[in-house]
Amino acid sequence: MSSIFDKFASLQEQHAALTAAGKSPAEIRFDEIISPTEAMLDGKRTILMGTNNYLGMTFDEEAVDAAITALKTEGTGTTGSRIANGSYNGHEALEQELADFYGMRSAILFSTGYQANLGAISALAGRDDYLLIDADSHASIYDACRLSDAQVIRFRHNDPQNLARKLERLKDKPGNKLVVIESIYSMLGDMAPLKEFIEVKKKYGAYLLIDEAHSLGVMGEKGRGLCEHEGAESDIDFVTGTFSKSIGTVGGFLVSDLPGMDIIRFVSRPYMFTASPPPSVVASARKTLSRIAGASALRKKLWENAAQLYNGLQAAGFELGPTLSPIVAIRLKDAEKAITLWNGLLEAGVYTNLALPPATPFGWYLLRSSISAAHTPEQIALAVEVCTKIGLELGLTTLSNSNKANGAALNGASPSPSSASTEATDTAQPEADEPAARV
Amino acid sequence: MNSSLSTQNDDGIKAIMLEIQNQLRSRTSDSTKIGPQTNITRDLGLDSLAIMDFIFDLEDSFDISIPMERIAEVQTISDLAQAIAILQKEAA
Repeated sequence: MSSIFDKFASLQEQHAALTAAGKSPAEIRFDEIISPTEAMLDGKRTILMGTNNYLGMTFDEEAVDAAITALKTEGTGTTGSRIANGSYNGHEALEQELADFYGMRSAILFSTGYQANLGAISALAGRDDYLLIDADSHASIYDACRLSDAQVIRFRHNDPQNLARKLERLKDKPGNKLVVIESIYSMLGDMAPLKEFIEVKKKYGAYLLIDEAHSLGVMGEKGRGLCEHEGAESDIDFVTGTFSKSIGTVGGFLVSDLPGMDIIRFVSRPYMFTASPPPSVVASARKTLSRIAGASALRKKLWENAAQLYNGLQAAGFELGPTLSPIVAIRLKDAEKAITLWNGLLEAGVYTNLALPPATPFGWYLLRSSISAAHTPEQIALAVEVCTKIGLELGLTTLSNSNKANGAALNGASPSPSSASTEATDTAQPEADEPAARV
Repeated sequence: MNSSLSTQNDDGIKAIMLEIQNQLRSRTSDSTKIGPQTNITRDLGLDSLAIMDFIFDLEDSFDISIPMERIAEVQTISDLAQAIAILQKEAA
């Protein structure tokens, strides 16, 4: 007898093959969350290296207390959208605080980061407009394109010249052109060449929206992201972002300095037809956001930690993403070895993300880590050590890119926990205090 | 339709088909499968990323942009050639 699920037969087969070697990467269940960087998994204390918890704020005492107070005074949820059920004071206060944080005229709050892109992009680009999106865009941007009535044109990833050719072809067409890019791309951790994109958008009179999901709190002296880091904030028309990474809770936003943005509230379906963020979430987001600008010590630690992991894995001979960032991804061509490496790390007490094609660039299998300021050097050193040991067993790294002393130490009986990350190598080592340095 | 115009269109489509086939030959192990009715996603063993790259190269070759909604309507090489011919006409 046929089933409505028959169309997923090949997906079921892929899933079965994936889980045959161990756990399913998409179905991990933690028994207990101990801290921003540790959890219990199958009775084992496990280091969390795939959570996007960049500043380790999920257990911040002040944010937790603010959430508890809001829970007790305003209840567990808003039970409806702001259009239908009205706003709470916290919604409007958070929007004002976001606008002030970015130094922009207005902000609109969404219930998740996904919905922020979905709601902002689909509403901004209408029937006679054009959306120009980076080919490596997040699913929320692709889904926004499906919800929008605009014509959608993709340009090659991080390629301003390819964008320029596409805008040149549209230069005599009426309608607004909205270019959408991301600051740090979630799979490889590579960054947009922002200034080049700004030159192109200015030349053709296009609008530019940048998703700062992975850079809020992470880049810039005050933590406002790549645009602040590049000194380019006045050239950006729209910024979207999320509270589910450095802010440590859930929710999303759109900010802009353009007058009249509030009308989006009446045309954006993902804003209008979903429940607004609950009071406890808003309270913790407000508390953490208020601390982002002053969190330079945490940012410094985050980049030091990222450099330790990136340099350690590079020294071991792994192929990584092109740029030092808090997202560190090992690029692998072989599915079976990628799955074995991911399971091996889990068995050794290190949780990472396994990202599979077609969600990954160039069909790579990615063992993706996201680093936190809350990680200790010992935790990172252990991850590098275990990764290198399994990588050697699987022939994923021959240590051809590393110095032999490092390899000898790793093959020895008792490797130093920090050996992999502190040895000098013959390849260029990104500096922790130069976050945008490309390698 | 005027017969000379029709011939011009046919010649245009043939030239587009030729370029598509050239682009596909370097991407598939079995180029004997490449014909007007070949289903691009189903018959050639290309994943979605390879197809995206193929489309980018075609855009450069023909100096056009192919909107995503047009790509979604394309199934065969013949469909793609027709879509490119229409986009070229729109751009002219």
